[in-house]
Amino acid sequence: MNRKYKYLLPLISFIVLSGLPISGLTAFAQGMGPQQRIPLPPIPIKGDTTHTLSKHFILASAAKKAPDAKGFIQRWLVLEPVKKDIVRNNIFTDHYLKTAFATDNFSSDYTAVPKNGEMVKVGNQDLKWYALDSKAFNVNLYHFTYAINKPRYGILVWLVTVIDSPEEIQNVRLAAGCNSGSQWWLNGQEALLLSGDRDMIADNGTSARLTLKKGRNIIRGAVINGPGMANFCVRFLDEKGSPVKNLTIRYE
Amino acid sequence: MKRRNVTGLTTLFALLITQPGVAQIGKPFIHDPSTVAECEGKYYTFGTGGGGLISNDGWTWHGGGVRPGGGAAPDVIKIGDRYLVIYGATGGSPNHKGAILTMWNKTLDPKSSDFKYSEPIVVATSDGYEENDAIDPGVMLDPTTGRLWLTYGTYFGFTRLIELDPKTGKLKAGNKPVDVAIVCEASTLVYRDGWYYLLATHGSCCDGANSTYNVVVGRSKKITGPYLDNVGRSMLEGGGKMVVATRGGLIGPGHFGHIILEQGVEKMSIHYEADLEQGGRSVLGILPVVWKDGWPVAGAKFKEGTYEIESVRRGYGLELAVDFTRMPVTPRRFNQPDNEPIKPVPAQQLAAVMKTWPAGTINVRIGDYMARPHQQWTITDAPDTTGYLGGPYYKIVLAGTDRALAATAEAEVLTVPAFTGAPEQLWRIDQLTDGTYRIMPKVVPNSGKKLALVSSGDSTPTLAEFDFNSDNSKWNFRDH
Repeated sequence: MNRKYKYLLPLISFIVLSGLPISGLTAFAQGMGPQQRIPLPPIPIKGDTTHTLSKHFILASAAKKAPDAKGFIQRWLVLEPVKKDIVRNNIFTDHYLKTAFATDNFSSDYTAVPKNGEMVKVGNQDLKWYALDSKAFNVNLYHFTYAINKPRYGILVWLVTVIDSPEEIQNVRLAAGCNSGSQWWLNGQEALLLSGDRDMIADNGTSARLTLKKGRNIIRGAVINGPGMANFCVRFLDEKGSPVKNLTIRYE
Repeated sequence: MKRRNVTGLTTLFALLITQPGVAQIGKPFIHDPSTVAECEGKYYTFGTGGGGLISNDGWTWHGGGVRPGGGAAPDVIKIGDRYLVIYGATGGSPNHKGAILTMWNKTLDPKSSDFKYSEPIVVATSDGYEENDAIDPGVMLDPTTGRLWLTYGTYFGFTRLIELDPKTGKLKAGNKPVDVAIVCEASTLVYRDGWYYLLATHGSCCDGANSTYNVVVGRSKKITGPYLDNVGRSMLEGGGKMVVATRGGLIGPGHFGHIILEQGVEKMSIHYEADLEQGGRSVLGILPVVWKDGWPVAGAKFKEGTYEIESVRRGYGLELAVDFTRMPVTPRRFNQPDNEPIKPVPAQQLAAVMKTWPAGTINVRIGDYMARPHQQWTITDAPDTTGYLGGPYYKIVLAGTDRALAATAEAEVLTVPAFTGAPEQLWRIDQLTDGTYRIMPKVVPNSGKKLALVSSGDSTPTLAEFDFNSDNSKWNFRDH
């Protein structure tokens, strides 16, 4: 039972747990049996709950960073979330995403590379850039926003990374997965739009064939999510579908 | 003219009695159902919130199941002579703090004097901070080892695997959870032919016809994974091969449960987020499990229609044992010029051949399929409220007539002039795990045996024990 529809949860939880025999709920729970409200047992906290980036991220350094063993790009400049009022994720149509990303944008220059720690203004929000290496193949933006003590749900997060390619590589595809919607640009050109209420699935969508230039290439991304765990993963696939790993990733 | 009348009446009758493509009938309204379990001849499934559904035959469902504890998305497994019922305590709390509990009962029948749940035992928790939400349990008893495994979790982080003690239902001492999947929920495990299969639900729920729920699968040689899909993608990367997705007006299937009835006959219990034929309500669904190239995929509830009934044994078709009527043939010589206009040759019509047929019972046989009227069978839901796990009984009549296939007390098959609704004229149709079908009469008169339609020799249909390992027991429905 997917808990993405957070707005429903307090109501459903209240009804279910209080055992009220409301007939309208039979669509969810046929033939409500005798209800015993069993309180949760004491559940000890199992790990570090402090708001710290170091649990899931490493603050990015100037040291060279390659994609991981499967080609996933783990180093990103991540902007603090733009707060959005999003009730459900299936509103993320193509039109909605393009409008939202055009409106709540920090820069219309899609080759711009912000500086680590730089503040930018989106609407009336002042937001800070963080240069991070994810410890996982994916970048879990829920962890990011929890770590910096910002809203975890109803967010739009901008992303930038710079990859150096030792040679021109033609016919690559940018492959991404996200929760829930996202858009991706390579060197200022739109590469991929993932609309709808998606789960973060590796290679969930791929771009048309692209060319990675020799030297510096700039990826811009935007991920938007309402209820649930915002998340994404990105890599390049070569013309045979194998991950491109001979790259260097930096944030400057 | 007569043929048209007969056909028209048959069609009208079929339309009147046809049930739309509903998942199950009665009041099958449930969300997050447990794997359907059989107990003392009845079927049970429990859902979110408490309570559950009961069915006498597996087709018509009504409320009445009793599961205390509230919470969400239970599962059930029979171990020995007891049932282990597992559920999530919270129903998915907004703070992702939850617990999985297990409890035993000797019976699932709330009217039984043996009906009494044991005290629930906590076997897994989520503290609200870790990358897991302790709900949506699915349980499997490993047939190779006797070890009891449980997966749980939702889109909030990872799906986890733990081991339970099959004697106590408690967490096995010293066991630590293992992450096996990400961004999915309602998982469960299946073992088959050396592979462990992890089935899980992706997409979103609880939004009626807008829900995108679907069930996917990955597999591993080890219970702890990694579970890879058909393109080699790990379920820890979101991978998964589709098992069942929206079909027609049945939208958003999720919460897979695996049911093995006998060798070659497997079903899945699921729920659809919305059944448009039933007001868009969330309903129980039961579908055949078909194994294709080592992967499970949902078969289909039998679709009414007119078919060749093809014996898998040789590929001949079931037919009425009547004289073969030749079609006119215009001889052509070799080297004859092909410059005259080509005119279609009309198919042989029922009215042109049936007038010579006997009026009473007529035997059936299996023969070369020639698309002739005596070889085409119309199969519709019988005007009968009973069924079996996942389907109604069907009537099988010669297309364009009311002549019905029937079982005899001698364990043979023939046709009777008119369908009367007698139980020996009602047929159960199960899609088998290899995608072919088993056809069984509801009853064999004066016999308590459960027999299936089989090919005895290439040309002789009869009734006999079903044997999945023999093509004699299998049939296909060809919609030419």
